[in-house]
Amino acid sequence: MKLAISIAGQTLDSPFDARFGRAESFCLVDSDTGAWTVHANPALSASGGAGVQAAQFVASLGAQAVVSGAYGPKAYDTLSAANIQRFLAPGNAARSAADILAAFRAGQLAQADGATHGGHHGG
Amino acid sequence: MRIVIASGKGGTGKTTVATSLAQVAAERGAVRFLDCDVEAPNAALFLHPDLETHREVGIRVPRVDAQACTFCGRCAEICQFNAIAVVGKKVLVFDDLCHGCGSCNWNCPEQAISEHLVVTGVIDSGTTPEGIAFAQGVMNVGQTMGVPILRELKKWTPATGDAPPSTSLRASGALEIRDAPPGASCPVVETMRGADFALLVTEPTPFGLHDLKQVAAIAHDLGIPAGVVINRDGIGDDAVGTWCADSGLPILLRIPMERRIAEAIASGRTLVDTVPDQRPGFHDLLERIVAGVNP
Repeated sequence: MKLAISIAGQTLDSPFDARFGRAESFCLVDSDTGAWTVHANPALSASGGAGVQAAQFVASLGAQAVVSGAYGPKAYDTLSAANIQRFLAPGNAARSAADILAAFRAGQLAQADGATHGGHHGG
Repeated sequence: MRIVIASGKGGTGKTTVATSLAQVAAERGAVRFLDCDVEAPNAALFLHPDLETHREVGIRVPRVDAQACTFCGRCAEICQFNAIAVVGKKVLVFDDLCHGCGSCNWNCPEQAISEHLVVTGVIDSGTTPEGIAFAQGVMNVGQTMGVPILRELKKWTPATGDAPPSTSLRASGALEIRDAPPGASCPVVETMRGADFALLVTEPTPFGLHDLKQVAAIAHDLGIPAGVVINRDGIGDDAVGTWCADSGLPILLRIPMERRIAEAIASGRTLVDTVPDQRPGFHDLLERIVAGVNP
């Protein structure tokens, strides 16, 4: 399965970024082969609707699932419309994308069953 | 002629100055008053208009015809606010992100987008006891964008007028006074846009000066001549006066810090109405503005 993990960095060893819409980049990794690429998040500096833009971006990458720390309502709806699964990584200890991948393979990640918080939009 | 009253910092006395200026101007000729602080309009508390007309206004948001749409994604690509998402064979529209610019509709190659009015506020209008044509924009609770309401408010024409404001105002010599919102963001810029003079109300404090610089910069960028009113004169320091002198901004009026003025305002009447010794200053202020813009 093609997994997009929100990260702050350029490699599979980069730290996990618990934000979705404003993550620095996404590590796109094939959970079967382990092959990975990193893609800068174009929504990072969006004035608004970052979650919507990031969701369309990971959809355009061909991701089938996303792992992040939180999903706003619009990001959740857009990912859902794109049939992309939404996994949550418990965000306490600092971990790398590789750690997240291992947790996913071990079936330790739960799916988000709705937006994790209200929107950030204010004007 | 259109005079906009702005300040940056809230609570410096924009409405105090705007309502008194409107009253002295009404003694000389026709006046239109627009309360542009759509998040919290309060000039009506002082001018007591009979608000008999109410018109709902809002923004036009896109609706996509799923039959005509080819999911090309052009609308999502063109939207600067990420208000439309196209994923696979689905289009999502987020009304609360939409600014109603119409770019998606304009750019849709299939003409699959139509526009649907979402009401975000109301324009209340009427006449004050002294005959000032009065209108205010009021944004609905939960909305975040004042600019679309302001654009409608600026187009408002008194029902008694027999020509659109753009032509009749100049022809008749009528005066328009716009009471701006606080701050220095989009609604303030929209309020100032198209004005002939910006009257910047400040207080002689570091906060007042900081925000005065911001609104003065907006007036400068829009090419609008400006002058300053210092309210609560006597508190703080001389930094506002020094900066105005250095920047070539005339100080047109000083209103002293006095308890009786605060009490008069708190009674729900205008400054010139309750503190008669302020009247000459406002007449002089109006004369200087009119003379400066139409020498």
